[in-house]
Amino acid sequence: MKPKVVIAGGGAAGMAVALRLERLGVEPVIVEREERLGGKVRGWHKLFPTFTPAAEVLDPLVAQIGRRGIECRTGAAVEALSEHGVKLASGQTIEADAVVVATGFTLFDARRKEEYGYGIYDNVVTSADLERMMNEGAVRLADGSTPRRIALLHCVGSRDEKVCQRHCSKVCCITGVKQAIELKKMFPEADVFNFYMDIRMFGAGYEELYREAQQSYNIHFVRGRISEASPMINGRIQIKAEDTLTGRPLRMSIDMLVLLAGMRANDDNAALAASAGLALAPNGFMQSADPFLGAVRSPRRGIFYAGAVTAPKSLADTLAEASLTADAVMDYLNSVQR
Amino acid sequence: MSGLRFGYGINRPRAIDIDSNDLRKSNEILREMPELQTCIGCGSCTASCTAGNLTEFNFRRVHTLVRRGEYRSAYEEMNKCMLCGKCRLVCPRGINTRGVAMLIKRKLGDF
Ligand code: SF4
Ligand code: SF4
Ligand code: SF4
Repeated sequence: MKPKVVIAGGGAAGMAVALRLERLGVEPVIVEREERLGGKVRGWHKLFPTFTPAAEVLDPLVAQIGRRGIECRTGAAVEALSEHGVKLASGQTIEADAVVVATGFTLFDARRKEEYGYGIYDNVVTSADLERMMNEGAVRLADGSTPRRIALLHCVGSRDEKVCQRHCSKVCCITGVKQAIELKKMFPEADVFNFYMDIRMFGAGYEELYREAQQSYNIHFVRGRISEASPMINGRIQIKAEDTLTGRPLRMSIDMLVLLAGMRANDDNAALAASAGLALAPNGFMQSADPFLGAVRSPRRGIFYAGAVTAPKSLADTLAEASLTADAVMDYLNSVQR
Repeated sequence: MSGLRFGYGINRPRAIDIDSNDLRKSNEILREMPELQTCIGCGSCTASCTAGNLTEFNFRRVHTLVRRGEYRSAYEEMNKCMLCGKCRLVCPRGINTRGVAMLIKRKLGDF
């Protein structure tokens, strides 16, 4: 009989692990909280740094899951787990020979940074909202007009003690560069400003794209965190920051503010960890057994991780890691069966 | 008692106000030399600058201010530059910084 592995989470990480395990002779079962597979990538328009449509990556994964006949329980949340299986919120249990936790992350709720007015005044949107607007085919101001000046703010809900998020979300800098270019392509007449604390371009081709944003798209990068955004009588938004490279306060009015919302740990990580005797990192993400040789293993044999449940990760890193996870699961299954 | 100050002196506002700044010159400069926009503020140009080591002149700060439309005293500041080109040898973005210095002087000469 084929060994059975339950994968909690049907996003990119979970699907990629399932596909790999199935090829290696395992019977995977995906448990997904939402009604559809795809996770966070489903809401994304194009991917950095190549502007590849997100659907070009996601759709083949979902199609393969269907073609290979991999069992998916959608609309089902994992409430507790052990190396022998998972317990669903419905009370049902699924027994298995190993478990993979691929439940991803939660998007930071930008309303918590009240000073930026998200959800309070018009035309303050998050990076995720912008992707949705692009998917829907039109980026417009609330009154239907086109923006003439746009600001993107980095590190919203990341690197910020005030909202208890110390970590860097890693992908928002390059997302900000990508979205700035997309906005400039949509509105060539508009001035686009990125306000940043540090620019972190960790991946292949990222720094090059940043340079292109500056050189070819004339995007202004200002080192300084916006301290507040306030509505003006004419409907625009006034922002204040320090231009730290000149050492002077800076203010301007803009038509649209894009908040690059960070990746934070899921609220239910703690309950999942407690149910299985796992550990959380100080930022609430799941703690791997070891950062070097055990990045996809939990401290508990038979329980594994894939994707952004352990730390913010790009889609490319998540997909690469999925193979490592499948590999580690196979090692474990072989060791217990003999 | 000329030394007494009661805090009522008129100070120029320190804030850079992008709305009221005239960005025409800065846009012209960036159109002629878009590479200036690729500056990452590393300060190598200032560190290597002879003028900057002998006077208050800070080339990185001046060209950043010019990009924001702050031209006040930029021309006078740029006159401290000797066009020696040392800054160009070190810029990690490969910006022709000496060319930038000349361009700023040319554009702001009649300002
Ligand atoms: S990747 Fe950039 S924007 Fe995102 S948290 Fe890190 S420094 Fe901030
Ligand atoms: S060219 Fe001007 S700014 Fe550059 S190093 Fe020489 S004096 Fe300094
Ligand atoms: S050396 Fe080049 S990149 Fe560095 S501050 Fe000067 S102009 Fe900018």
